Amino acid sequence: MLGILFTSYEKMADEVEKGKIGSVMVVGGGIGGMQAALDLADSGFYVYLIEKSSSIGGRMSQLDKTFPTNDCSMCIMSPKLVECGKHLNIEILTLSDIENVTGEAGNFHVRLIQHPRYIDVDKCIACGTCAEKCPRKVPDEYNAGLINRKAAYIRYPQAVPLKYLIDAEHCIYFEKGRCKACEKFCPANAVDFEQKERKIQIDVGAIILAPGFQPYNPALNDTYQYGRYPNIVTSLEFERILSASGPYQGHLVRPSDGKEPKKIAWIQCVGSRNIHAGDKGYCSGVCCTYAIKEAMVAKEHSAIPLDAAIFYIDIRTYGKDFERFFNRAKDEMGVRFIKSRINTILPGEEEGDLTIRYVNAAGGIVKEAFDTVVLSVGIDIAPESIELAKNLGIELNHYNFAKTDSFDPVRTTRSGVYVCGVFQGPKDIPETVMQASAAAAEASSLLSTERNKLAKEKIYPEEIDVTGQEPRIGVFVCHCGTNIGGVVDVPMVTKYASTLPHVVVAQENLFTCSQDTQVKIKENIREHRLNRVVVASCSTRTHEPLFQDTIREAGLNPYLFSMANIRDQDSWVHQSDHKGATEKAKDLVKMAVANAAQLSPLYKTKLPATKRVLILGGGIAGMTAALNVAGHGFEVVLVEIEKELGGFARNLHRTLQGDDVQSYVAELIEKVTQNDKIQALTETILADFSGGKGNFKTALAVGPAMYHREVNHGALIIATGATEYTTHEYLYGEHSSVKTQVELEGILAKGENPIRDWKSLVMIQCVGSRNDANPNCSRVCCQQAIKNAIATKEVNPDINIFVLHKDIRTYGFSEDYYRRAREMGIQFLRFKTGGEPQVERAGEGIRVSFTDFTLGREMTINPDQVILSTGVVAGDTEELASILKVPLTSDRFFLEAHVKLRPVDTQSDGIFVCGMAHSPKRIDESVSQALAASTRACRLLSQDYIEVGGVVAKVDPELCTGCLICVRACPYEVPFINEDGVSEIDISKCQGCGVCAAECPAKAITLGHFEDTQILAEIDALLEAR
Amino acid sequence: MRLSYPDSIRIIRLPCTGKIDVIHIMEAFEKGADGVYVAGCLEGECHFIKGNLRARKRVEYTKKLLDDIGVGGERLEMYNIAASDGPRFAAVAREMHGKITALGPSPIKKSL
Repeated sequence: MLGILFTSYEKMADEVEKGKIGSVMVVGGGIGGMQAALDLADSGFYVYLIEKSSSIGGRMSQLDKTFPTNDCSMCIMSPKLVECGKHLNIEILTLSDIENVTGEAGNFHVRLIQHPRYIDVDKCIACGTCAEKCPRKVPDEYNAGLINRKAAYIRYPQAVPLKYLIDAEHCIYFEKGRCKACEKFCPANAVDFEQKERKIQIDVGAIILAPGFQPYNPALNDTYQYGRYPNIVTSLEFERILSASGPYQGHLVRPSDGKEPKKIAWIQCVGSRNIHAGDKGYCSGVCCTYAIKEAMVAKEHSAIPLDAAIFYIDIRTYGKDFERFFNRAKDEMGVRFIKSRINTILPGEEEGDLTIRYVNAAGGIVKEAFDTVVLSVGIDIAPESIELAKNLGIELNHYNFAKTDSFDPVRTTRSGVYVCGVFQGPKDIPETVMQASAAAAEASSLLSTERNKLAKEKIYPEEIDVTGQEPRIGVFVCHCGTNIGGVVDVPMVTKYASTLPHVVVAQENLFTCSQDTQVKIKENIREHRLNRVVVASCSTRTHEPLFQDTIREAGLNPYLFSMANIRDQDSWVHQSDHKGATEKAKDLVKMAVANAAQLSPLYKTKLPATKRVLILGGGIAGMTAALNVAGHGFEVVLVEIEKELGGFARNLHRTLQGDDVQSYVAELIEKVTQNDKIQALTETILADFSGGKGNFKTALAVGPAMYHREVNHGALIIATGATEYTTHEYLYGEHSSVKTQVELEGILAKGENPIRDWKSLVMIQCVGSRNDANPNCSRVCCQQAIKNAIATKEVNPDINIFVLHKDIRTYGFSEDYYRRAREMGIQFLRFKTGGEPQVERAGEGIRVSFTDFTLGREMTINPDQVILSTGVVAGDTEELASILKVPLTSDRFFLEAHVKLRPVDTQSDGIFVCGMAHSPKRIDESVSQALAASTRACRLLSQDYIEVGGVVAKVDPELCTGCLICVRACPYEVPFINEDGVSEIDISKCQGCGVCAAECPAKAITLGHFEDTQILAEIDALLEAR
Repeated sequence: MRLSYPDSIRIIRLPCTGKIDVIHIMEAFEKGADGVYVAGCLEGECHFIKGNLRARKRVEYTKKLLDDIGVGGERLEMYNIAASDGPRFAAVAREMHGKITALGPSPIKKSL
């Protein structure tokens, strides 16, 4: 199979010699499209981000919280929205559709249609007057139709671009030829009813498709009477109900009568895992975990104790740490989980209530009333995406998702056209983000010779010299919708801020992070000659870089900025105490202002970056990353601890789809060893590691003789994999008939077939997973079991196969194989956690006994073979993690910088993670993540220099006595005593922790941005007049 | 997680607890703080390797100073909380709030 791939590579190379174009078109402005656009734009390519609606943000903008951390969706996404909106190398084209694409990989000609907005974006100031004056009310799609919007509207308050539009379909003027209220009242003269459809032609080198999904419409199927009873809502509607920016301002009430629900039911698999007309045969993959999230958030939100019940077929919490999330909901939050497929919802006895009939664990039929029923609707491909595929000439699979290959998860059937996100297959946000970076990796590798040819460089205005100036501070206080404004009296805080010393101007904003507010901040800096800016809003953790960039655009040094955290540290944690929260907000603003008055500018130094990537781990992930990095033109040192490359995949033979893993691995190894940019070192371990992003230095012990070798590199990718859980349970190792799935797969691959003599076989799932010792799901074992069960059955059709499981977790399209296995007569029998099967000797043979969940009866099977689905556990990661100084999860997998939006970055800049080292995953998922890690590393190295400095320590040689305390105190061994006998700190190595500054007895060391004067000013401001 | 905790607490951000200086703590008490606590990473998991261990030493030293001058070392604490452990952060805030409330206003504040 890979042979074909390589030919297409070579063919592609021939085609593109004609002249490639250093720009990429990304189709779809959801989280996937935004990530791909940002990765490419930061790597030296010009990006056209095409969005069919009026603003980017996609489905994620509609979500209230995200699992498994229950972070606010909009809060984590808005920095990306703004970054896309203001990126010099991203051109957003909204209201646009692709008409057709000609040309070939490297050189495409795209014809687009841009529909009129009827608002001049250059004039619109987003004041909202048009919407206020518009007399026509229309169901609001953003709020899932739960409330109305106007015909002149904006999709959501933080929309990018923040420009209103007129919905011609519902506008009275377009219907009747008169009205134009919006035009009459618009203060900016921005309404333009004469706008016409525009045809645009754009030439690009590659295309990435990220059109996303639409929620399954349960009205198509009247099983659940959706649309007939208002208190039956979809999960997306429920997200909006929970959301602070939703129809009920975040108060948990039900639609029919505004009553606070006491009992809510979730019904899983609505439109998924079903082959009836209108339904989808695949598993949508995300609904179990989002239902758990919604149930938890609803319980937290509810003023009265809320009963939450989830009706499911299998709970599929297979993602990283999702099983813990499920356990928390079940064991700590009291969410009820009922395994029963619901067939009808009937009206209840009380007005508005609903009754569900279900089969309980004892097998009895129960009727239960609920206030509200949430349908956990699945993922569906929109007709527009099918049209898009047709216009692009790419093939779709039998479910209308873009067709891709087991080993090439982001390549469509048309060379140079890539896909990411849900359009490739159902997936959650981090998987979408990873795949978006993966698609960017493929596109940028294809166009690597064109890097920096079309991209523009950001030029900041000359910095204003503030030396000697009296502080002039501007304060911007954020409502964050209702996140802050609903608790803290923002107008009062703003008024208070204006009375503080040095404050020249204080303003309040609905969303200080929105793009229009950035413009406002800059205008204020100019108008009031501000030389310090304070924002009182969410958290420095997420938003400081955005505001620093904004003030930089207005000519201020980015360090002349201070933030008061009045959301995460105030409104969110003192929700019931409005007065106390307001007082605290005033204090926090006062402290930030005092701090700001003491701030001084800091400058960064540019250092050349070492254009080489070190990759740890020579399995599929490591080799894929290596090939992609090399494809970008950078050197790679690939380190493998074992004698041979290949990793754990050397034990695997077929994918679930039947693709040959061994020949794939062999081809990868050949490709890696023949690539002159890649140096593969086997039997090699890491001995020492130092430096910072752009300039790391790693010592290796190479080969059996452990030769010492030093490698300088600009980035590091961890792809060290994981290991198979070694079990001593179920007579494994004691009885020859007890084997693991990997061993069975080996027997199947050899083709010498004892299998033909077997009469029955039992598979036991979750061996070493989902138990007390390892609470997580190993993700791959269900699919592996089904793969091997089908293969065994194909060899020996008469064999009886019993798969004993807790839940079958064949997410996405692998559900097809689960269905096929059942059709082949393979039996799936469920046992309960705590009721694990017993395996005993029975004479020469073996006996398996367990209690079947459905029948509630003890079952005994005397199989010829017992196959254990042993899980995945982290490798020996602790030592490596401590050398690299990157954190691990409690299960010893490498921890990503952000669970949702930075799934391949670690907390240390320049160090990335992919494959099983991150968490258990399938081959295609490892490939995606490896490509993503490559993109992130290459993005860093595509810059000619790395900026260092800023928040670093500085020694005043006049005060230094050369006492060596800092030399001993520094955890990174940075300070040294120079020729002049005083301490010197290399800013490229300084990590900015400040230990030396605190330890220095002569106070000769200061840490930029955290100087004593600044900290003391904050303390004094807080405590004065108390 | 938005777990609620007493609103008597104001946070001063440092890059690492290793940056905390005795003078910062003493300044807070001198200006009338009733209690101060330093919240760092778990021991052995400092993002900057061992800043939290140094912080603990300085806190212990400052506690003695506070005892000596009659403010009372119990008004100062060092806690180790994992960045991901919201419930513990809130629990620590409640614990410290309860403790300082029981101790009453700082003697320095009374004399201010």
